Amino acid sequence: MTMWKSVLAATALALASSTSVFAAKTDLVVGVVLEPPHLDPTAGAAAAIDEIVYANVFEGLTRIGRGGEVAPALAESWEISDDGKVYTFKLRAGATYHDGSAFDAEDVKFSLERAMAEDSTNAQKGLFAAIDTVEIVDPTTVKVTLKQPQGSFLYNLGWGDAVIVASESAEGNKENPVGTGPFKFDNWAKGSSITLSKAEGYWGEPVALDTVEFRIIPDAAAAVPALLTGDVHAFPNMPAGDALPQIEADPRFVVVVGSTEGETILSTNNKKAPFDNLKVRQAIAHALDREAIIAGNGSGFRTPIGSHFSPGNEAYVDLTGTYPHDVEKAKALLKEAGFEDGFKATLKLPPPSYARDGGQIVASQLREVGIELEIIPVEWAQWLDQVFKAKDYDLTIVSHTEPNDIGIYARDDYYFQYDNPEFDAVIAELDVTSEQAKRNELYAKAQTIIAEDAVNGYLFQLPKIGVWDAKLEGMWENSPVQATDLTDVKWAE
Amino acid sequence: MIAFLAKRIAVGLLTLVVASIVVFAVLEIVPGDPAQLMLGMNATEEALAALREQMGLNQPVVTRYLGWVSGLVVGDFGRSFTYSSPVIELVAERAVVSLPLALMALILSTAIAIPVGLFAAARRGKAADTLAMGAAQFGVAVPNFWFALILIYVFAVWLRLVPAGGFSGWENGLLSGLRALLLPAIALALPQAAILARVTRSALLEVLGEDYIRTARAKGMPRKAVLWRHALRNAMIPVLTILGLQFAFLLAGTIIIENVFYLPGLGRLVFQAITQRDLIVVEGVVMLLVASVVIVNILVDICYALVDPRLRTR
Repeated sequence: MTMWKSVLAATALALASSTSVFAAKTDLVVGVVLEPPHLDPTAGAAAAIDEIVYANVFEGLTRIGRGGEVAPALAESWEISDDGKVYTFKLRAGATYHDGSAFDAEDVKFSLERAMAEDSTNAQKGLFAAIDTVEIVDPTTVKVTLKQPQGSFLYNLGWGDAVIVASESAEGNKENPVGTGPFKFDNWAKGSSITLSKAEGYWGEPVALDTVEFRIIPDAAAAVPALLTGDVHAFPNMPAGDALPQIEADPRFVVVVGSTEGETILSTNNKKAPFDNLKVRQAIAHALDREAIIAGNGSGFRTPIGSHFSPGNEAYVDLTGTYPHDVEKAKALLKEAGFEDGFKATLKLPPPSYARDGGQIVASQLREVGIELEIIPVEWAQWLDQVFKAKDYDLTIVSHTEPNDIGIYARDDYYFQYDNPEFDAVIAELDVTSEQAKRNELYAKAQTIIAEDAVNGYLFQLPKIGVWDAKLEGMWENSPVQATDLTDVKWAE
Repeated sequence: MIAFLAKRIAVGLLTLVVASIVVFAVLEIVPGDPAQLMLGMNATEEALAALREQMGLNQPVVTRYLGWVSGLVVGDFGRSFTYSSPVIELVAERAVVSLPLALMALILSTAIAIPVGLFAAARRGKAADTLAMGAAQFGVAVPNFWFALILIYVFAVWLRLVPAGGFSGWENGLLSGLRALLLPAIALALPQAAILARVTRSALLEVLGEDYIRTARAKGMPRKAVLWRHALRNAMIPVLTILGLQFAFLLAGTIIIENVFYLPGLGRLVFQAITQRDLIVVEGVVMLLVASVVIVNILVDICYALVDPRLRTR
C-alpha cells in the first residue's frame, strides 16, 4: 500500500516537473481573489476588472507606471497650452485593436465623449467633467479643450476608466474585451478563470509571456495549497495573512510587501453630534494607538498614516505626530468638550478583515477614554446604502483605495460631511496648478488641514502583499493603481 | 397511484408559487442598490440614474414581479445585471459542476452509510458496533470545510495525487473532471454518510425488535436473510427521508465546499450574486434550487410508495 502510494506520487511529481525543465516558461497562472463582474473598465468600479485588463488588454492615452508616475501610452507625446486649457495629444501610429482594426483619433474622440455623455455609466464620470470639447486635428492628433485648467488631467487619463476603446467593439467589451494592449482576451470560464494570450503586432515592446491565466480563488485557505502545489504561480494580492510565515520560509517563493493607495481610516460623521465638535475628534485621534492597531490586525505589514495620503507619493508629509497616542490628553479634551463621563456611539464595520478585526481594537482603545462603541457589522451593499449614501452612521472603518483622492474632502455632501472653505480653496487651486513643485506644496497644505481638523481617524495604509514564484521577474511591488501589470513579467532562464 | 402522484405534484407547484413570492419579496427589502454597488463610491448621481434605467430598476415592484414570473413559466430567467448574459446560461455553465458533485457525494455517502449501518446493527453492542458508531459520531461533528482542508493538504499538497482545487471543464476529459471533483465529493459525503449510517443503524435496530422478525427467525430463516429481506426493507422509510433531506443539505453544502476548492459551481454563483446584489441571478438560482428540492421530495414520496405498498392508497 505505502509503496504503491509513493510510486504514484513519484510519477505524478515527474510528470508535473518534466514540462518545466526544457525551456524558460512562457505561461503564467495568477491567482485573484475576486472575479470581476465583467471586463469593461469603463463601465464599473470593481477593482477586479482593472486587476485583469489594465495595461494588459486596454490602454489609455496615458498610463500610471510602477511608481505612480504618469507615462505616455497611446499618446506618445502631448503639448499643453500656456493657459493650461488645451491639451494636444500626438497619438501612437501603428497601434491596432485585437480585432485587427486600426487605432486613430476617432477612437479617442469616441471614448472620451462616451464617458462624458448624458447616459454614461462610467463609474468615474467625474474624471471627465472638466473636458469641454474633443477635436480631431488629423488621424494621429487630438486636441482636448478643458472648461478650466485641471492639474491632474494627465493623471486622470491614466485611470482604467479612461482607456480608449473602439466604437465597433465598445458594446461587447463586457464579455469580450477588445483593446490595444500587449495581451488579447482569449477565454473566460465563468467562476473559474480568465485567459489572455500575447497579442501579435503590438505597437510597443512585445511581452515575454505567451499565455496568462487569472485563476479565481476566493477562499484564503485555498490560496496557500494552490501555491504549494504549483497550481498557481503568483498572487499579486495574497489573501492569507496568517499563513505568510509558512510561505516566507519556503525558498520557492518570495513575499513582497508593497504599498497601495488604500488609506484605511476611521471615517467620522462630522455633522453629527458629538462628532461635530473638534475637541471630540481630537480626543478620538489621541485615543487611537496606530501601532497597536497595526500589530493586532493582520500580519503587521502596515504603514501608519496621519492624514489621507499615500506614503508612497512624493508629496507625502508624515503627520502621524499631529495627535500622538495619549489617553490622558484624550480624556482631558473630552472633559473640555463636556463629555466628562464619555458617551455612546456606533461603529459600522464592512466585511474586510481590516475593518472587522481592526474595529474591535479601535473600540477597545476608545473605551479606555470613555467612548462606548456599539459594533454593527454590515455588508458592502448595506454600507453603501446606510453609511455612504444616507450618512446614517457615527463612525465606520473603510479603506479609500482610489489613487490620489484627497479631493473627496472638498466634495459637498460627501459622507464625512466635512465642510471647510479653507480646504476647498486649496483643492480648487490644485485643480488649476500643473507645476509639480507647486502641486506638492498644495498637497502638503491639504494633508495638514485635514490632519489638524481630525476629520477622520487616520489609521494605516493598506499593504499590498504579493507572493510569487522566486523565478518570476518583473511583478509590481506596489500598486499605485489597482492593476496586475504583466507587461514586464518574465520567467528567469 | 395516479391520484397520489397528482396530489404530490399539485403541492409541489403551490410550493413553487409561494417560494417565488417569498424570494422576490425578501430580495426587494434587502438593503443595497445594485447600481451603486457596480459603480462604487466615486459614481456621479447621473451615472447611477442611467444605470438604474438600463437595468430596469425604475419600474414598480409588481410590474417587475409579474414580468419575472411570466418569464420563468416559459423558461426565461432574465439577464444578469453584472455579467450581462442570460441567467439560464450562467446556471447551465455552473450546474454541470454542482449537479455531478452533489450526485457523486450522494452516491458516496449512501455507498458508505448503508453497509456501515447494517454492519453495526448486526453486531449491536459489540466492539465493531462501538467503533463504527464512534467514527460516525466523529464524522457528524467535523465541519466539512475543515475536513476539506485536511484532504487538500494530504492528497494534493503532500501526495500530489489530485489538484488542490479548481475545475478546468468536462471538455478536458471525463477523468480529469472526476479527479477535480473527487476530494470535494468526499468532503461533502463523509459528514452526510455519518448521519445516514447512524439513522440506518437505529432504524434497523427498531425493526429487528418487531414480532415478525422473531417469527422469521423462529421458523428457521437464517440471520442474514432476515436482515436483508425483512429488516432492511422495513427500515428504508426513515433512511429515504434522511436521503431526501440530505439532497437539500448537499446543495447548501456546496456553497462552502465550492469556495474551499474554488469550483465554478452554483453555490459560488449564488454567493457572488448576493454580495453583488445581482438580484435577478439570486432569484433565478434560488427558484431552481427550490424546484430541485421539490422534485426530489416527490421522488422520495414515490420511493416510499414503492417500498411500502400501504402508503400508495393514502
